[in-house]
Amino acid sequence: MAKKLPKTDVVIVGVGWGGGIIASELTKKGLNVVGLEKGEERHTEDYYMVHDELRYAIRYELMQDLSKDTLTFRRNEKIRALPMRQYGSFLLGEGLGGAGVHWNGMTFRFLPYDFEIRSRTIEKYGKNKVPADMTIQDWGITYDELEPYYDQFEKMAGISGEENPLGGKRSDKYPTGPMKQSPQLKMFKKATENLKYHPYMIPSANLSENYTNPDGIARAACQYCAFCERFGCEYGAKADPVVTVIPVANKTGKFDLRTHSWVRRVLHKDGKATGVLYTDLTTGEEIEQPADVVVLTSYVFNNVKTLLNSKIGRPYDPATGTGVIGKNYAYQVVKGAASGYFKDKQFNNFAGAGALGMVIDDFNGDNFDHTDLDFIHGGYLSLTQTGKRPIANNPIPKGSPTWGKEFKEKSLNYINRTLSIGVQGASMPYKHHYLDLDPVYKDTFGDPLVRMTFDFEDQDRSLAKFTAQKCSEILKEMGADKIDAMEELGPYDITVYQSTHNTGGVIMGADPETSAVNNYSQMWDMDNLFVVGATAFPHNGGYNPTGTVGALAYRAAEGIMKYHKNGGMLA
Amino acid sequence: MADENQSKHGEDVSRRKFLKNSGIAVGGLAVGGVIGSMIPWDVGDKEEQKATKNVKNKSYNQALMYLSQAEFKTTEAATERIFPKDEHGPGAGDLGVAYYIDHQLAGSYGFNARDYMEPPFFHGEKVQGYQGRLKRREIFRVGLREMQNYSHQKHKKGFTEITEDQQDNILKDFQEDKVKLSTISPSGFFNLLRSMTLEGLYSDPLYGGNIDMEGWRMRNYPGDQMGYTDIIEGDFKKMEPSSLRDHM
Repeated sequence: MAKKLPKTDVVIVGVGWGGGIIASELTKKGLNVVGLEKGEERHTEDYYMVHDELRYAIRYELMQDLSKDTLTFRRNEKIRALPMRQYGSFLLGEGLGGAGVHWNGMTFRFLPYDFEIRSRTIEKYGKNKVPADMTIQDWGITYDELEPYYDQFEKMAGISGEENPLGGKRSDKYPTGPMKQSPQLKMFKKATENLKYHPYMIPSANLSENYTNPDGIARAACQYCAFCERFGCEYGAKADPVVTVIPVANKTGKFDLRTHSWVRRVLHKDGKATGVLYTDLTTGEEIEQPADVVVLTSYVFNNVKTLLNSKIGRPYDPATGTGVIGKNYAYQVVKGAASGYFKDKQFNNFAGAGALGMVIDDFNGDNFDHTDLDFIHGGYLSLTQTGKRPIANNPIPKGSPTWGKEFKEKSLNYINRTLSIGVQGASMPYKHHYLDLDPVYKDTFGDPLVRMTFDFEDQDRSLAKFTAQKCSEILKEMGADKIDAMEELGPYDITVYQSTHNTGGVIMGADPETSAVNNYSQMWDMDNLFVVGATAFPHNGGYNPTGTVGALAYRAAEGIMKYHKNGGMLA
Repeated sequence: MADENQSKHGEDVSRRKFLKNSGIAVGGLAVGGVIGSMIPWDVGDKEEQKATKNVKNKSYNQALMYLSQAEFKTTEAATERIFPKDEHGPGAGDLGVAYYIDHQLAGSYGFNARDYMEPPFFHGEKVQGYQGRLKRREIFRVGLREMQNYSHQKHKKGFTEITEDQQDNILKDFQEDKVKLSTISPSGFFNLLRSMTLEGLYSDPLYGGNIDMEGWRMRNYPGDQMGYTDIIEGDFKKMEPSSLRDHM
């Protein structure tokens, strides 16, 4: 029998960006919030020894322990799903701050096109442009409606940037100026301008200057130390929940943070959530935390897993296309990239910052004509300088041996003579891409793992080929002596790192038949349950998702306040 | 200690001679399990052992936690072929890569402590990733034994006794799955060997490889610096590396 604790106003499950933002916004307005976090507490002081590629980047120090919980994967329903036994394609954060600790800090807004993708695509290109099994849908919110929340997130995090010439309208400029430009960024800028494109500096959560945010949180400028992605920031210069929103929540005295707390079920009765059931990992004790409002704010897979194991919402059925929980899982198409080798130039590739880079949106969204193309959407093309650490980065031209004398000679030569242009390709949802519960494999508590059914489609292959060619053209204009373009996407491979941009599963929309939450991230089927995060994305855009996750979290916080006051469905 | 080594060594030679003389050699027949007991490890002579040791500075870190002496020597030889000493700088041997590998296999990485190792085990597609039962330390030990067996089968000599070209060909056959094994995936073992070699070359020296930061120095990698604000806007700059030890 679980120990039952006194009721609280709001309980949140997972304290990363989503949980941190909800906690700070609600506690500031006087609500009592309990935050349950599976992992441990984290502080800036923990990162004194953080410049350790092996420990953090190769051995995944900050990531979820897969021996306790993972997911299973198959490319399609004919194949037996098998567990992701080791990390590869994406990394699951764990601990206070979640994936908001180990991110790079690239903080984009999606395009106005993204939020109305189905209607705009059909309006411009006709119904046949959308393949029958591609399940894109409008988000139930427009860019202009979401804009104030983007602004709120950017000001809280202190995003450094300059205006995107091809982006949606902004109500205000970025709170801090763009980051410093290295020689290779200047080369990219010049080359893309020569090609009549529209380069701008990547909006960065690595502060370009000292900054105090509207909550009074002061942080120092980035030192370009080159240890962002997979690492925590020892300077607090990279915005993460631990150095921004969580201290604000703590200061109110109304935030009760409990780490080592593994939530297994959302409890519910007569269509209302009554609280959550969790296990205290330090004692093994089962605890019930009753609450007026429950908010799921963990990573994509865990949000879906918790709902399905709690039997909340209608599970998605790929055979009929009905149901919503697990629907529209999408990813990111990052492989259509290119590398250029420069014989006579050397660059400080070892230096950088997670969000240091320059980017063009000329081939993103519907910023270019798709009439004669066999794909929709696109992605941004960028040259980033995140710091090439030596174990993971040994660039050699295609076809060179991967070990031995020649490998040594070439890898030593090319390490500081190689520049890559990457792409953040958008990922469209399909009827047969979804998340459900695995019938065989279990987590450490005997609960079923999430099962992912996903593969790349012709849309993705065409997109990758297209972007790889564009990347090559830019490298040519930059003066590369030799260029390797990665045009062939191949099948989705869960063993090769690509991107921790997993989206969908609890998608938002205007229609309860085809979406799980409304545009306040409130469940259609249970009005006191909110599911916040990239789970709400009906598709994934051609950008890093955190900016949009942050904006949706601020909107959800506003919705929860409204609900707390008046109750009922908010949209 | 030296006497003991020598006596073992003596035994080894006579045992090897016996195997050669009696014509016992393992053919290409794939049977279940690793054939171990018949194939000797080559321990090498005393002079050779001394030469491979890094004697410049006595490091108490340079002893073995998991591998046997013979397994260690094979590891050292194989990693040196993956990253050989040449005019550009030291190879895996001089950088302590085999010690690094030994120490890693002895710890949580060798035991797959943070990997999902629950049954049932099924063969999957390559894109579904590793689905075996064996832990890395087991794969590594079996892999070394299979490499030794393969060397005896092809050259009637152990891996550390054949020429560098012959060693390269054996590694290549493992990399390309040209060796037929019933125990482990040859390319899986090779990939583990290669990735651990790179880790040993370039991880912070605190882990036992990259001795004196020579791996970093060779590729102009400055290691652990507090920041690069001063140089980020400038042209390429060669810097003396620093390590986490400098943070203590």
